[in-house]
Amino acid sequence: MKFTLSWIKDHLETDATLDQICERLTAIGLEVEDVDDKAAYKPFVIAKILSAEKHPEADRLKVLSVDAGPDVNGGKPLQIVCGAPNARAGLVGALARPGDYVPGLDVTLAIGKIRGVESHGMMCSEKELNMSDEHNGIIDLPENAPVGTSFATYAGLDDPMIEINLTPNRPDCTSIYGIARDLAASGLGTLKAPAAPALKLEGETSVGLTIDLDDEKLCPGFGLRLVRGVKNGPSPAWMQTRLKAIGLRPINALVDITNYMTFDQGRPMHVFDAAKVKGDLVVRRANDGETVLALDTREYKLGPNNVVIADDNGVESIGGIMGGEHSGCDENTVDVLIESALWDPINIAKSGRTLGIITDARYRFERGVDPQYMVPGLDRTTQLVLDLCGGVAAKEKVVGYKGYEAKTVDFPFAEVKRLTGLEVSTEESREILTRLGFTVEGSGERVSVKIPSWRPDVDGKADLVEEVMRIHGVDQIKPEPLEKLSAVNSRILTVLQVRTRTAKRALASRGMLEAVTWSFIPEDQARLFGGGSPSLKLANPIAADMSDMRPSLLPGLLTAAQRNADKGFGDVAIFEVSGTYENDTPEGQRRVAGGIRRGTASINGAGRMWSNATKGGGKPVDVYDAKADALAVIEACGLPMGNVQIEQGGPEWYHPGRSGTIKMGPKVILGTFGEFHPKTLGALDVSGALAGFEIYLDAMPEPKKKATRTKPGLELSPFQAVKRDFAFVVGSEVEAGAIVKAATSADRKLITGVNVFDVFEGASLGEGKKSIAIEVLIQPVDKTLTDEDFEALTGKIVANVEKTTGGVLRA
Amino acid sequence: MTELQTLKSALLAEIAAAGDEAAIEAVRVSALGKKGSVSELLKTLGSMTPEERQTRGAEINALKNEITEAITQRKTVLKDAAIDARLKAETLDVSLPVRSSPAERGRIHPISQIIDEITAVFSDMGFSIAEGPDVETDYYNFTALNFPEGHPAREMHDTFFFQADEKGERKVLRTHTSPVQVRTMEAQDPPIRIVIPGKTYRQDSDATHSPMFHQVEGLVIDKKSNVANMRWVLEEFCKTFFEVPSVTMRFRPSFFPFTEPSFEVDIQCDRSGPIVKFGEGTDWMEILGCGMVHPNVLRSGGLDPDEYQGFAWGMGLDRIAMLKYGMPDLRDFFNADVRWMNHYGFRPLDMPTLFGGLSQ
Repeated sequence: MKFTLSWIKDHLETDATLDQICERLTAIGLEVEDVDDKAAYKPFVIAKILSAEKHPEADRLKVLSVDAGPDVNGGKPLQIVCGAPNARAGLVGALARPGDYVPGLDVTLAIGKIRGVESHGMMCSEKELNMSDEHNGIIDLPENAPVGTSFATYAGLDDPMIEINLTPNRPDCTSIYGIARDLAASGLGTLKAPAAPALKLEGETSVGLTIDLDDEKLCPGFGLRLVRGVKNGPSPAWMQTRLKAIGLRPINALVDITNYMTFDQGRPMHVFDAAKVKGDLVVRRANDGETVLALDTREYKLGPNNVVIADDNGVESIGGIMGGEHSGCDENTVDVLIESALWDPINIAKSGRTLGIITDARYRFERGVDPQYMVPGLDRTTQLVLDLCGGVAAKEKVVGYKGYEAKTVDFPFAEVKRLTGLEVSTEESREILTRLGFTVEGSGERVSVKIPSWRPDVDGKADLVEEVMRIHGVDQIKPEPLEKLSAVNSRILTVLQVRTRTAKRALASRGMLEAVTWSFIPEDQARLFGGGSPSLKLANPIAADMSDMRPSLLPGLLTAAQRNADKGFGDVAIFEVSGTYENDTPEGQRRVAGGIRRGTASINGAGRMWSNATKGGGKPVDVYDAKADALAVIEACGLPMGNVQIEQGGPEWYHPGRSGTIKMGPKVILGTFGEFHPKTLGALDVSGALAGFEIYLDAMPEPKKKATRTKPGLELSPFQAVKRDFAFVVGSEVEAGAIVKAATSADRKLITGVNVFDVFEGASLGEGKKSIAIEVLIQPVDKTLTDEDFEALTGKIVANVEKTTGGVLRA
Repeated sequence: MTELQTLKSALLAEIAAAGDEAAIEAVRVSALGKKGSVSELLKTLGSMTPEERQTRGAEINALKNEITEAITQRKTVLKDAAIDARLKAETLDVSLPVRSSPAERGRIHPISQIIDEITAVFSDMGFSIAEGPDVETDYYNFTALNFPEGHPAREMHDTFFFQADEKGERKVLRTHTSPVQVRTMEAQDPPIRIVIPGKTYRQDSDATHSPMFHQVEGLVIDKKSNVANMRWVLEEFCKTFFEVPSVTMRFRPSFFPFTEPSFEVDIQCDRSGPIVKFGEGTDWMEILGCGMVHPNVLRSGGLDPDEYQGFAWGMGLDRIAMLKYGMPDLRDFFNADVRWMNHYGFRPLDMPTLFGGLSQ
């Protein structure tokens, strides 16, 4: 919303400076977005051409002698070379001198020499001063324009322009009068109440007018007045200057008046050329497929959701949004029909959006135009038409208008203190509301407040508190500490939040980089990872490849790794801890820790290194890197690792022989890990050594709630721990995990650990065989073991392994 | 020279000549071993008269002691020499590079780090962290938050919608973290003090807008918290978060459907350089929106607005991360470029705390 300083001063009697006004506007909620103090126009002075001689060296140039008054060049005339066809002796125009910045040319003038003749400035065109596109000649002012004075002041160009960023709840401040009312209420001046025009009305508005709508809300009132015998020339300079200052292009007096009313009073108006209206006017829904050529000379295809004003020719205007070209007013208009109507804000917003039309009328109607001002606005517009275009006004025709019934709010003044902490006296609260146009009824601490017709946004106590607060001054509210609930705060994170945080730090501690990738991925990628269900498909994705909520973190991470590889960074280890989506319910949103490693980015370090041979690192990543990451997450989250089982194989996007599923008990799936299926990688257009995992943090059982988890007692055996090695020959399909489990279960008391230290496959063992060597850690508890004890234990281990896996001790 | 002196000289010469531990051991055996030269002399003591024993015996014992001592000394010297030689042979080039620790190579994304920073600050003021789903119902995202029918935010151009289900209801990707306000009010009795960090989605994309972004929202509900308390909470937060001794904040009346009165809050700063500096300068920058919870929102949460009251605020998490740490473009947050993550990410052991500082 733009306006100028002089314009608001039409409505506000004030001594406040531009800065004070701007500061106050922001303080009361009308945030100033931009101010142009028009200092750029200050240098230009009105000057008169004393003589204009032909340039000796150029036919089209003239050498001028210019008088710019006693203050310029010591009162002596300036010599200026000029090429304008209208430059002539006696012309009074606008002078720019050396050192002045000319905005339309974007240059700062210097003394120039044009074909051998010195030029001490230039006489400017309107385009050169950014006033218009007029560039056929220099500015030609009336002869009596005061030479030597400021051109900007003379032409009204020094009027500062203010633009406020209006919040959508304040339709009253889509009018300059409304902004003045707010400023006056805040004590920055006095509101000048406009006198109601005394119109002399003759005859009737002799056009039939009906509202034909199934829902009267769509057009709650329509006023129309005929003015006969107008002369529609250009509007006066003062009006044109103001309209131009806020970025509007003057058209003709009738149209300019409607635009002026839109900004001055927030009352959008429309004018029809009565001669072009055929038959009666009817307000109705548009028919499906009906079209209208609008004032922007574009044709719009309408439907029943658009409310229009039509006559026997068809649609003449899109109600509240834009008029039609056909019945528009031009210089030939003699009889004019002035429309002042009310429209449904929601329908205007929808229509405007679907038709793609942004106008100053729509801007106001979708926020809500003052219903009570419909007829007074018609009168004021009529007065302007009579003043600027002459003619005779007829009695108005009003249909559908039911009057305005003010909402009433029961308001205890104490609400101000309760919600804001501000101490505002009852008297001041009452005064503020009254100055804003509210009617305060009753006395004492609790009153009845009637809401004015221009404030549809106010409907409760809290709204009235805001009114009092913003006018009294938000800066008067001093910070007050929030009461402390306890001396020392207790833990605030839930188990899942702690685990989320822990998982991130645990994975980063393993040399991985945390990524945040898109929650929506291409449909084909979603399908590859078990997603793509219709309920998780966006109806309006921002791009075709951001269409489906991700079922897994892996596709996003895999494609991210490939993007990095394409830039020359092939060894990447990245992870993400975030949501995946199984369905559209809150429970369907999982909390997953997922990660991948590519190339040689193992925990021991990526790339070539002199120490790789002895210390590891630099080898292509595989399923075991992913498994280690996955288990690290589970371990960091505090789950008892003894209860965690690994099953061979994972979901179909993994390599079937190089993937695993991590379970806790038969039902709880904690996660999966592995290398990837070549078809998956191919479909993702991803290549290289890759291994990844996903852990479902939300599937992890929560520990029993206990204030402090006391550690179980620790018994340190005084007897020496012993290690015994075994090598078993088993079928190559047997899992090492089964041997470890069998050995461990031989004696759960004595055996405290089983470690696989060698896996060997070779011809010496025979076809389809492998050897798995384990080291068993035995911790005697209450006595040193005898040879017989060891023999018994060893026998049990061997027997157990043989029973469950068919393995035999390697000879 | 007596026989003993001759033997002594010969043995001492042998000891001195012994070049390694094996040689000195051989000398020891030849002198002090079972059949060693000194041992043989000692054996003669038994056949001596007491007088002989007194003189010659003493001499033989003295010889034994002297030789033993000389051997021990020589052994020590040779052992030290052997160690020196071994150490010399074991010397390695310590200028060869070693791998950095994985914990030094890993990185935490700025979003996670900022959430931890915010958690640290607000936990000190008695707030908990609340979360909610990204896929929301129209009710929680709009209706319960007092967005009227026909509000522009409810239209396609702002909000991501899912396909309508069989009942004609279409879910949305939440456009703000505010749905969690009502979900929390439904689940928990006042007093409520929560902070809600999370992903949010809007149809927007440029250097400062992304279709997916993060917000952090706060909510306080009790029977007396007001705008003055809100000012205090937000000023304390900004001061602590931006790690400056003081901040100047400007509260401007504004409008949001879910608060009344509503404010936009600017923070005074210096924007003259490439990095915004807080706690100094004369510029204003909008940093957050806030207000007293709208009576209709309290009602949505099942609370009587005449009994309960409170305030809420919200701001862009990515935005305050950019302001604090200087990332120029929001879109880079979600690109997973390893160079960006290495540069702007945080080391996993740099955990924001109030006792150790939010940033190191």
